[in-house]
Amino acid sequence: MPGLADKRLVFVTGKGGVGKTTVALALGIAAARRGLRTVVAELSGQARAAETFGAPSAPGEEVALDGDGLHAISVDMERAMEEYLHERAGRVGDLLAASRAFHTFASATPGMRELLTIGKVWELAQDRRRVAGTRPYDLVIVDAPATGHALGALRAPRTFAEIARVGPIAHQGTAIDATLRDPAQTAVVAVALPEEMPVTETLALRRRLRDALGLELAAVVVNACLPERIGPRQARTLADALDRADDRVVRAALRSALSEQARAAEQREQVARLAADAGPAPLELPYAFAPAVGPVVLGDFAQRLEGLL
Amino acid sequence: MRGVGELLAQTRVCVVGGSGGVGKTTTSAAIAAGMAARGLKVAVVTIDPAQRLATALGLDELGNDPHRVEAERFAAAGLELRGELWAMTLDPKRTFDELIAHLSPDAETRERILANRVYRELSDAIAGSQEFTAVAKLHELAQTGDWDLLVLDTPPSRNALDFLDAPDRLTAFFEGRALQTLLRGGGAGLRLLGRGTGLVLGLLRRVTGTELLSDLSDFFRLLGGLLGGFRERAEQVEALLRAPGTRFLLVTSPEREPIEEAIFFQRRLRAARMTLGGAIVNRVHADELGDEDPADLPALLAAEAGLSPALAHRVAAVFADEHALARRDAANVAALAQRLGASVPLLQVPLLDGDVHDAAGLVRLEAELFGDPGA
Repeated sequence: MPGLADKRLVFVTGKGGVGKTTVALALGIAAARRGLRTVVAELSGQARAAETFGAPSAPGEEVALDGDGLHAISVDMERAMEEYLHERAGRVGDLLAASRAFHTFASATPGMRELLTIGKVWELAQDRRRVAGTRPYDLVIVDAPATGHALGALRAPRTFAEIARVGPIAHQGTAIDATLRDPAQTAVVAVALPEEMPVTETLALRRRLRDALGLELAAVVVNACLPERIGPRQARTLADALDRADDRVVRAALRSALSEQARAAEQREQVARLAADAGPAPLELPYAFAPAVGPVVLGDFAQRLEGLL
Repeated sequence: MRGVGELLAQTRVCVVGGSGGVGKTTTSAAIAAGMAARGLKVAVVTIDPAQRLATALGLDELGNDPHRVEAERFAAAGLELRGELWAMTLDPKRTFDELIAHLSPDAETRERILANRVYRELSDAIAGSQEFTAVAKLHELAQTGDWDLLVLDTPPSRNALDFLDAPDRLTAFFEGRALQTLLRGGGAGLRLLGRGTGLVLGLLRRVTGTELLSDLSDFFRLLGGLLGGFRERAEQVEALLRAPGTRFLLVTSPEREPIEEAIFFQRRLRAARMTLGGAIVNRVHADELGDEDPADLPALLAAEAGLSPALAHRVAAVFADEHALARRDAANVAALAQRLGASVPLLQVPLLDGDVHDAAGLVRLEAELFGDPGA
């Protein structure tokens, strides 16, 4: 199914620590290579995209990472709120944004943070941008929070629309919700590690996404897959050799090969669980033995994710 | 290197923190099992454990209170629980509902809040502050005095420290009644804003819609009655986190980002005057050869282990990668130790083959964490 390049909004989510940011960035690079004006939006308050590219960044600021192709923004709730108020009410909106009581109200109202964040992401994906001096993007890739929080954020517009019933928030919430539910505009990509918990969470995400938004998962990316360099029969040979060997270096080498083989085999079982599921076939990214994920690794990952576009 | 047993001497509450995916839940469970093996009555509060881990702890049944884990589960894996191990999985929504019920001045207020449309619509988002419900539950359990040690697994948020701010944020939420005062046009509202109330109200209507305002205002009015009790509770929770018998344990993997978060965590704890009892680095690649770089390993493997040339080359290639990871881990752990400072004990747990997800796995992890025989 993928065809992510034809969407406007791609949410990348998954359990904590699985490499969502890495996958979001690699997808962004792939999209930009294809000539799409792309922005990677980080929602965690960090600016890892900008850091990776050595670009300066400020909260809520759109920065170009690579010519006019790839951009990044670290979405900032305060900034998003100011933009929204300004757009709705101009100068007087600015006054409201400056009022302390209003800030207390906004930050205390449950779900408001999620609503403003998702509203900003939606704004990035509009043909007619509402923020002065900005241009539209072909594709917005969202480095979304971990699964539970991501689903909460995706549901926030409808929740608020239902509470408000009428008026501007209801109107806006409904418009955002319609975009999120439209499979022609929005896709959700799950990232997992080939381990028990992240796989279980991915399988659950597929169900929960359908319940929450009526959307199907567009793709499942499995990160950090070890190569299968030693087969089961070879592993037996190595285990026998380890029993006999007494050289320290030889023992260390045999042990590390057996350990990697055991972990790779366990990973296969977990990938098989994903493959057996009715959802999208898992796309594997290799374990990066490099000390840190930098531009070279990201470039390689981008190439491997190319097919999802 | 000291074991967890020593780190947790004289500890009543152990909060296990760290970024997502580093093995917090499993580590919490193994710590609790280890302390129970040493004769204590321990309860572990887990958040969203993996299915097989939940099964290992007998957590499949519903319920928002600890129940006793059968000692046989661990005895079969070779760990004798001389004390008692209790476990529970946090149900954030239920914990929050219970807190509301507990703080409500009367049954009518309680029912009206729980039935309030805004509360019902938003309660997922409210309970979504698992960060708060987790510590609220911890406090509730500590109050009972039923356990020698409570172990809290913290929520899997990207910013592992959200829960430190949670009491403040929740208090701010309850104080949303300020808005209610404002809507009534009371003097407090005027003072808060320092501008014409009519103007501000008009603006609020333009950006939110009138109905939303009045519904929220009802909601905040109802909650307003709970504010005093809630504030008190938030203060008690903070006091518990700062109590001398409370220790935080930081869990990380030897990778760069979780380590950065761990350092950030330490800084925040210090600023909040809370005690960091130690750090645990999980999944460390075994570094058997240190900076030694064996020359012509394939030949050595062929000669000493009788491997075929092809297999010897393959093993050597695996070893080169794994050895590089081991060196990277060692360097990262050394940097972490230096940044945490000599006063923070640091434990390393080697990468175990495969996930830890059953009683046998927990017992293996327990042995690594405690470093001495359980009983």
